[in-house]
Amino acid sequence: MDRGVKGAGEGAAADGAFIELDGVEKVFDVLRRTGFLRRERRQVRAVDSLSFTVARGEMVGYIGPNGAGKSTTIKMLTGILTPSGGRLRVAGIDPSRERTRLAQRIGVVFGQRTTLWWDLPLIDSYRLMHRMYRIPDARYRENLDRCVELLELGALLDVPVRQLSLGQRMRGDIAAALLHDPEVLYLDEPTIGLDVVSKAKVREFLRDLNAERGTTVLLTTHDLQDIEQLCSRVMVIDHGRLMYDGALAGLHEVGDSERTLVVDLERELPPIEAPPARVVRVEGPRQWLAFPASGSAAPLVARIAAEYPLVDLSVREPDIEAVIAKMLRSLGDTGDRKDAAPRPPSERAVS
Amino acid sequence: MAETAEAVEAAEVAEVADTAYGGARTYGRTREGLRAYRLITAMWIRSAVAYRASFVMTTLGNFTATALDFVAILLMFSQVDTLGGYRLPEVAFLYGLSSSAFGLADLALGSMQRLGRRVRDGTLDTLLVRPAPVLAQVAADRFALRRLGRISQGLGVLGYAIAALDIDWTPLKVAMVPLMLLSGGAIFGSVFVAGAAFQFAAQDASEVQNSFTFGGQTLLQYPPSIFAKELVRGVTFVLPLAFVNWLPALYVLGRPYPLDLPVWVAFAPPLVAVGCCALSGLAWRVGLRSYRSTGS
Repeated sequence: MDRGVKGAGEGAAADGAFIELDGVEKVFDVLRRTGFLRRERRQVRAVDSLSFTVARGEMVGYIGPNGAGKSTTIKMLTGILTPSGGRLRVAGIDPSRERTRLAQRIGVVFGQRTTLWWDLPLIDSYRLMHRMYRIPDARYRENLDRCVELLELGALLDVPVRQLSLGQRMRGDIAAALLHDPEVLYLDEPTIGLDVVSKAKVREFLRDLNAERGTTVLLTTHDLQDIEQLCSRVMVIDHGRLMYDGALAGLHEVGDSERTLVVDLERELPPIEAPPARVVRVEGPRQWLAFPASGSAAPLVARIAAEYPLVDLSVREPDIEAVIAKMLRSLGDTGDRKDAAPRPPSERAVS
Repeated sequence: MAETAEAVEAAEVAEVADTAYGGARTYGRTREGLRAYRLITAMWIRSAVAYRASFVMTTLGNFTATALDFVAILLMFSQVDTLGGYRLPEVAFLYGLSSSAFGLADLALGSMQRLGRRVRDGTLDTLLVRPAPVLAQVAADRFALRRLGRISQGLGVLGYAIAALDIDWTPLKVAMVPLMLLSGGAIFGSVFVAGAAFQFAAQDASEVQNSFTFGGQTLLQYPPSIFAKELVRGVTFVLPLAFVNWLPALYVLGRPYPLDLPVWVAFAPPLVAVGCCALSGLAWRVGLRSYRSTGS
């Protein structure tokens, strides 16, 4: 029966949509002790009628507060979890039914859990991937050489994984996920805990991978810079529902998010007047000005430099939580998108 | 509750149908599983060799710790001549069979009792995204050659027993010894798999499993005549551990079984082993399915 469906799915994948979700939901039964022997069964809707498509070669940021349903979605996309309802296809494959077949075509990096062999040199983990994924020798060589060069792993190949720093290990993990030429790469917090240099290396590598190989990338992150530097498209999920799907700039608009310009003047002066920026804080000669994140900082800086005795300045980006929080609030206030408005987690006691 | 039972039953029926009509697929998956098992165990052996001194010491430790069980039996026999009507070489025969068969299962699948931990800390997910059967990956997880210690002391005691026993060895009786080891290993192995499957539902159930595996192994080291009839019935008809060594070994020794059973049951171990493997395989699939539909 479902063999017919599979064929149809593969046909659909050919014309663009590489990842397809249609009304996907995931309901967890949670048993909670309420008394000595009494238990209450609650249903928690972790993902609620989620629908979106991702085209081949897209690079998408998937963000949202903790517990919003991000990792549940990733787990369904990789076949780790089976959806409670709806239709889900990756490369035309139903992940939960054909998990091992799909595994050949996807790469997964869990930021907090390494898949490398702790006590063995890095290269040994790659050799295992080579055999486990049955990668043709020439292909393996080529991919390994490429990863080693771009992720600067050359000096690390013979070092036991336990001796690697966090940044080195993350680079090692990313390489391990790419040796079998996956068509899509899922990254869960790929830059968490990394220093600035490591972050930059990882981002540059991912950008190249996407541009040169056309690998589809879906990443979850708490780092807005990851999104800014990598993703043309952002999806925001909250309470298991898709709240926003579009360009990052649009996210700033919806949320009216603001960047902050920190200005050091020669001496203490009354608050600077330079609309649309407004002064939010003054501390001696230092002033903080908030201005819309969608606009450019250049004209504002030029104007202040021309009119005030400027010593130094810096621009601060809004953090992702602030942007999302503002966006969710503004969607709730306007009320014209009632169906998408945030609401408390839909829990329902059934017995 | 009724709902769950029904769902499980439905899943089982579906499994059976699936298995019946995908025989070739099952064969392919088994081969894939064995291949993955070989690849992963090779990695663990290399990891262990990285700490050579520790490897030698833990293997010796494993040998000594398990041999202490037999020392206890020797101490007993320094006070009495028979135990439940059995002399020392006969008890050693039972001990050697039980210990070696269990050692085989422990070597191959012993790490499966750590599954609960992997479920709890979420690292099972990293195995689920690989193109290899999860059962093989979990079975090979933390494969430890030091467990050879248990097998070697078991085989040592068995060797002593065979040398010391005064038996009229027919070809059939000779063939039954390796057959008992293999079937016994498979029966214990399926207890490991079923126990691991149960850990999908209850992650801290490894102690319950231990009482069946390690406990069962110790039980079988002694003659059945010293245990209560109810217990003997339990390990014959409910959890068929009696087929590991008691039933076939008593035939070899020419002793009557405490329960009234036909003679042919002595040759049933391979069949029982196949049945146990099928059931535990089913339990594993139900367990894995429940994990994949409920999450950690």
